[in-house]
Amino acid sequence: MAIELEHYLILGALLFSIGLYMALAKRNFVGVLMGIEMMFNAVNLTFIAFSRFPRFADMTDAERLSGHVFVIFVITVAAAEAAVALALAMLVYRNRETIDVDRMDLLKW
Amino acid sequence: MDSVNRFGPELILLAMAAVIILADIGWALAGTGAERMRRPALGALALTGTAASIIWSALLIAFDEQGEAFSGMIRVDDFALFFNFLFAGTAAIVILASIDFLRRNRFVAEYYALILASTAGMMLLASTIDLIAIFVALELTGISLYILVAFMKDGRSSEAGLKYLLLGAISSAVALYGMAYLFGITGSTSLDEIGLVVSEANGETRSALVLAMVFLIAGFGFKMAIVPFQMWVPDVYEGAPTPVTAFLSVGSKAAGFAVVMRIFLTALGDGSISSDWATVFAILAAISMSLGNITALVQGNIKRMLGYSSIAQAGTFLIGLAVVAAADPQLLLGTSAVLFFLGTYAFTNLGAFIAVIAISSKIGSDQIADYAGVAKRSPLLALGLTICLLSLTGIPPTAGFIAKVYVFNAAVQADLVWLAIVGVLNSVVAAYYYLRVVLNMYTAEPASEESIQPGYYLGLAMVVAVVGLLVIGIFPSPLLEASEAAARVFG
Repeated sequence: MAIELEHYLILGALLFSIGLYMALAKRNFVGVLMGIEMMFNAVNLTFIAFSRFPRFADMTDAERLSGHVFVIFVITVAAAEAAVALALAMLVYRNRETIDVDRMDLLKW
Repeated sequence: MDSVNRFGPELILLAMAAVIILADIGWALAGTGAERMRRPALGALALTGTAASIIWSALLIAFDEQGEAFSGMIRVDDFALFFNFLFAGTAAIVILASIDFLRRNRFVAEYYALILASTAGMMLLASTIDLIAIFVALELTGISLYILVAFMKDGRSSEAGLKYLLLGAISSAVALYGMAYLFGITGSTSLDEIGLVVSEANGETRSALVLAMVFLIAGFGFKMAIVPFQMWVPDVYEGAPTPVTAFLSVGSKAAGFAVVMRIFLTALGDGSISSDWATVFAILAAISMSLGNITALVQGNIKRMLGYSSIAQAGTFLIGLAVVAAADPQLLLGTSAVLFFLGTYAFTNLGAFIAVIAISSKIGSDQIADYAGVAKRSPLLALGLTICLLSLTGIPPTAGFIAKVYVFNAAVQADLVWLAIVGVLNSVVAAYYYLRVVLNMYTAEPASEESIQPGYYLGLAMVVAVVGLLVIGIFPSPLLEASEAAARVFG
């Protein structure tokens, strides 16, 4: 059986859902971050799959490649976001001595 | 060179951010002798940056330099220029309001640099016409704001920053997933190209388009702070430093609406799909207004109350977006109503938050109950806050009145009478909690007789905001014409 576009899309959707569940259900901040990274990577997989199996036969290489270019931007920006997130985790730990998101209750959640 | 020229307003903000950081290092090397001049000089540099950005935008109009830049990544048109003025002006007022606030903070340079970088991101959000550039601009705005929210480094501020970052990252991942499907269906990341393919869409691709649309609304709904993506608003507004809260409530929200208008009107503006998102926006508008106002009723903290009120205001803006998808003439009416409302809302909310900065820093509390008798301690501040709250309620002769009439009129003309009625009923509810603050300031007995004197810069920022909203309230036509010209971009 050949692996087609649908298979990649289903895998992407599964990864995205698992990531979203982790981001919402994990109590440890680092776990939440891992969930968010998984969501970003599910998006990357979807982009690459759409680039690999173009919908229109007359798409130029440049148009097809814009999916790949998008992925590079996503990876770069996600790295910057993770750097800020970990710095914030350090800051919160210094203040509260915990990074358990359930205990972030100084402000009414 | 055309590209760089049209990118100028953003470029100059980013360049000034770098200059500020370098100048701060220079001061550190110069030793303690020059320390006294450091804070005013850095503030002046930041203000110069925003002023230069405004002047550059004005020159682009004067020399008729509108057009595309960077091979179709950015389009500088009346819509983008409208938001250039809005964001640079907002940043300038926020910087003015921050000078006193930062008196005891070591990281002044970083604060100004982040404000400028975030403003540049917001401007880009209004002018980009390619999904890749939209994503980068979204994150430029977002990441700068995450740091600004946590800037005080204490328990509350860092907690607010953490919550903002988590929900912000999740929402941008959701928006990205929508973009991935939009790219997959249409084979392009350019909004114009996407719009062309979408207008030829048939039943086969329609369901996938609706899926992409839902993800995009969910992702950008976070930036616009509409129900049900509003959970972060009260916590972040309460925990963030108040000038940053003001910046968030005006800049970040307007940027969200700008990018949503760009994407939905350009890429998904075709009739078959636009009736779908118009319905979604109409329902979200009604829920946002009602839930925001009802929750605001029971708030004791004025920053939380203004947070919930900003959710309700976002619902009112959404009425304009819901109107857009009706027939062609309404398309312009709805868009220009949103733009006009955003312009008036910027002055109103900035004024309200500046008054809160001035009063709260003196009485040391954000509780509405502690605002008792403020009118006796500082008549001018109380008057300013009252005018802003009247404008938020929508009472003439303030700008908020005209904006609300404009939006409700647009809704009635597009046969969305039920939405206009929900909006008017909500204004009545809102009047209760806005006027409660006013009543408390004027009739209750003050806890002490000591007068409240805002700093010079804070007073100046307050005067700009209040005069602005009164002038728009009495002479609305310049802003009306500007928002109509900006709306014509999508005509």
